[in-house]
Amino acid sequence: MRLKHLALGLAVVMAVPAAVTAAQAENGIFLPQFTYRTGPFAGSGIPIGNGIHDYLTMLNERDGGIGGVKIISEECEDGYNTQRGVQCYDSVKDRHPVLVTPYSTGITEQLIPRAAVDKIPILSMAYGLSASADGTDFPWIFNAPDTYWDGASAFIRYAANKDGGFGKLKGKTIGLLYLDHPYGREPIPLLQALAKDYGFHLKLYPVPLSSMQSQSSEWLDIRRDRPEWLYIQGWGAMNPAAVQEAARNGFRMDHLVGVWWSGGDDDARPAGPGGKGYTTLDINNVGTNFPAIQDILKYVVNKGKSQTPKSQVGENLYDRAVLNAVLMVEPIRIAQKLTGKKEVTGADVRRGLEALNITEARWKELGLPNFAEPVHLTCSDHNGHSKIFVVKWNGTKWIKQPGSLEPIHSKVQPLIDAAAAQYVKAHAGWPKRTEPCQKSS
Amino acid sequence: MDILYQIFVGPFVQMATAPDLLVQTLWDGLVSGVLYALIALGFVLIFKASGVFNFAQGIMVVFAALTLIGLHQDGLPAFVALALTVVVMFVLAVGIERLMLRPLVNQSDFILFMATFGLTYFLIGFGQLVFGGNPKVMITSDLWLPSGAIQYTGLGGYVQFQKIDIAAVIITSIMVAVLAVFFQRTRIGRALRAVADSHQAALSVGISLEQIWVIVWFAAGVVALATGIMWGARSNVDFSLEIVALKALPVLILGGLTSIPGAIVGGLIIGVGEKLADFYWGPLMGGGIEGWFPYVLALVFLVFRPQGLFGERIIERI
Amino acid sequence: MLYREVGQYKTNYAADMALFPILQDRIGIAVILAIAFVLIPLSGNDFLLNAVMIPFLIFALAAIGLNLLTGYCGQLSLGTGAFMGVGAYACLKLTTFFPNVNIIVWIIASGFFSAAVGALFGLPSLRIKGFYLLVATLAAQFFLEWCFIRIPWLYNNVYSGNIVVPSRTLAGVPVTGPTATSLTRYLVVLSIVVIMTWVASNLVRGRIGRMWMAVRDMDLAAELIGIRLLRTKLLAFAVSSFYCGVAGAMLVFLWYGGAEPDVFNVDQSFISLFMVIIGGLGTMIGSFFGAALIYILPIALREVPAALGLPLYPATVEQLQFVIVGVLIIVFLVLEPNGLARLWQIGKQKLRVWPFPY
Repeated sequence: MRLKHLALGLAVVMAVPAAVTAAQAENGIFLPQFTYRTGPFAGSGIPIGNGIHDYLTMLNERDGGIGGVKIISEECEDGYNTQRGVQCYDSVKDRHPVLVTPYSTGITEQLIPRAAVDKIPILSMAYGLSASADGTDFPWIFNAPDTYWDGASAFIRYAANKDGGFGKLKGKTIGLLYLDHPYGREPIPLLQALAKDYGFHLKLYPVPLSSMQSQSSEWLDIRRDRPEWLYIQGWGAMNPAAVQEAARNGFRMDHLVGVWWSGGDDDARPAGPGGKGYTTLDINNVGTNFPAIQDILKYVVNKGKSQTPKSQVGENLYDRAVLNAVLMVEPIRIAQKLTGKKEVTGADVRRGLEALNITEARWKELGLPNFAEPVHLTCSDHNGHSKIFVVKWNGTKWIKQPGSLEPIHSKVQPLIDAAAAQYVKAHAGWPKRTEPCQKSS
Repeated sequence: MDILYQIFVGPFVQMATAPDLLVQTLWDGLVSGVLYALIALGFVLIFKASGVFNFAQGIMVVFAALTLIGLHQDGLPAFVALALTVVVMFVLAVGIERLMLRPLVNQSDFILFMATFGLTYFLIGFGQLVFGGNPKVMITSDLWLPSGAIQYTGLGGYVQFQKIDIAAVIITSIMVAVLAVFFQRTRIGRALRAVADSHQAALSVGISLEQIWVIVWFAAGVVALATGIMWGARSNVDFSLEIVALKALPVLILGGLTSIPGAIVGGLIIGVGEKLADFYWGPLMGGGIEGWFPYVLALVFLVFRPQGLFGERIIERI
Repeated sequence: MLYREVGQYKTNYAADMALFPILQDRIGIAVILAIAFVLIPLSGNDFLLNAVMIPFLIFALAAIGLNLLTGYCGQLSLGTGAFMGVGAYACLKLTTFFPNVNIIVWIIASGFFSAAVGALFGLPSLRIKGFYLLVATLAAQFFLEWCFIRIPWLYNNVYSGNIVVPSRTLAGVPVTGPTATSLTRYLVVLSIVVIMTWVASNLVRGRIGRMWMAVRDMDLAAELIGIRLLRTKLLAFAVSSFYCGVAGAMLVFLWYGGAEPDVFNVDQSFISLFMVIIGGLGTMIGSFFGAALIYILPIALREVPAALGLPLYPATVEQLQFVIVGVLIIVFLVLEPNGLARLWQIGKQKLRVWPFPY
């Protein structure tokens, strides 16, 4: 009996590749989606998964895909677990995806060395390895529209604007509350460099993964040091706890600024009215007041073709995912134009990404006027360093603040160059770029 | 010399110059200690009566809290939902006893420990299937739990006492008192202690093991519910709350696996110790030492008392 | 009928003490090795090699390491993940300092660093036992995890704090780094795992293994018959950590090709412990069974609905997979508390008299 079961199990394992090849026959553009609707980070993963899914489905329903070719989008659940994410990649890579969006810094870093070998471009939108903004060293990796360094520098600019100029920062204390994890530590070098230039004191408050929910010691430290401004680089359960602690400790909410990944609706909501005024950087606009998002409601959500609850459409992370989906789709469109082919390959989409130029007018054409700042990538710049929005929590939802912030390019670029050089040096034998640059059109 | 000063003198100077921060640190440590103790209590109850090191306590916390919120969201009044959640925890206890403990009776500790991992997996999957993985806000005000803070000015600054923290301390104290009375004074409590001493002897005087197990797992479930409400009120309720179980483990071994007072005292030592260490000595090491400090503290205690502070003396015979 | 040792006479002690004294076992091992070394590489399926076989073998090696400590010497440990991490970071440092030495030498050598750290954290095991020790080893886990994040020197000051794996070659063929094919990496992993398994199974049959088992069964009694507890327990910690360290180095260098410190978190420790207990404490083959069940089963489960054409959301599948794995763990424990290895033994017993059972 038991042996029979074992045999059955083996048969199942063997059947896996067979099933995979069977699905391959379908025509279309294969755009796998790595999601984490489960696990400790599901709170952030669900709206993101929903947004990408809904936008792609909407294109299929409304336009019949991209340039007439249907998008085959398939989710692979990774639970924000790097191991599982790499498995997901391995299971889809033989089906020739044209683009992979890992949605986890950990998974992205695993895939970076493999992208050039497998000829599959990777889009890690405003997360992942900051150094991969350097297109010369990382021809297959894209992290538009901003790096964490752009974010941190925009935060300093925001603080300076509010305080009345960069000169006013001198002698002030600025804190960084971050997840004690490579992701959380990203802004440190940039903030240190800026601290030296503008003469403010930088205080670091690491939050270990195991005390994400109870940050009382970190907030005691914050109370002792009394920073004027506090920048949050958090993710998952760390964000709501930080906002609540801030409210409890009477920290000035409008001086609490989160990176864009700390700006989920579920991050601010638990703090109740106390969270009013909490500010985060943002790379997308919020709300449903855009033709394309109305189309999502019309073609997808209202027709019951997605798991999204209607109230979630227009939330910050949901709209972020729509932005991500646009950044996935546009390069494919450009690639179709560049090659004249309908069914493009990963290599074509890589060229499309390098020619990506979404202007204000193009955003309007897409049905997303003022949804995001223009994104312009080039052969050497895979990030674009777009301007950054600011949104404020009004107690029930995010409100976009007028204007946008320019990152401090002169500080960000040297860091990127140094980091890219360091990465290449550490990876002895890192392949040189062989892909030719697209002639600007 | 400078480093010695920073380790041995600096922190105490800080304590003396800013007494408000010291009091605040102690209070925060006390509150976290009480909350750790609450989780540890769930472990101890089960370990005492059935010898099972219940790893699933952490996920039971999440599960109980999610059930409460889920029922409330379905339109039930908060206190009805609370009562129903207690019923759910009872059903869970019966299910665990029937399907997991009974077939595994008389197996080694490892195996039972492992089985609770199976239970953890099951509850993670099942909880997400039923309630979804998205974070939920604890229904604090519906349960008449206070919010806001009492601020006491003085000591060269101010000290802040969160009302919810005060409530947590009071509720935990009441729960511990009730459990202590229950264990010491009632018939079931005596039976329970008998089972803890020897399964066979207890059986021979007519105590039903099955019944006792259902009772302790149910009690642990109720403790988990209380834990879930208290922790949930501090941030969100989502599946990452499961990590708090890891915070209770050092408390558990410090206090002794079998002792209810041990869980309380251990919780307080760990809570206050970790906050003091992190606040005054943490900056020397770059901060974030909260993650491992409780374990090292517990380890140091254990080297001197291998059975924990209040654990039963280990008597070894050949 | 097929599996009978009747008539296989041993004429000298060496033959009697061989690792596989029965002819059928030798044939079986040869067949398994042939499949592993020839058939699987020939299949050329990248998914099978890279996502199934390589991690399976690496986890099996870590499970063997933990099994030496927990199954043979009776010391519970939840520090496996951290000890694997020590191996990975040691390997990174070694190959950074001496880039010209063959990477495989460093993968093995990194085990020694892990062994030293393991022995250090094994010291409390003299006083602390059982579940108390289990939690105490978590101190090692969390402290080392913290070190991996906080000591930039360990990861060569790379600003992202991740392990970056350089390309290294073996006789001109790339073994690590992005250009190494999964086939090469698979063969390297397989060779290391086979050799180290062979060493371990001989180790536990010899004097050291017997000492460990005496300590496991009752350390007081073992001490009375003259076994030095300190040395024996520390040796167990060291050897166990050696295996975990090598597994960790392989995990990063031959599977992931780069890793964040989070890879070596406490979940890794828990999973290794599952593998050992589900597979069977104190058996070599159990470590492989456990690794297969815990690692490969979820992969297979995830593909079932797709293969059957069930229209389920991937997230639902994932949740169901948790439920099923959880239930299966309990069911396996109820059916056979001594692990899968025990089932294997029962199967062999049955085969002996098959097809005419009495």
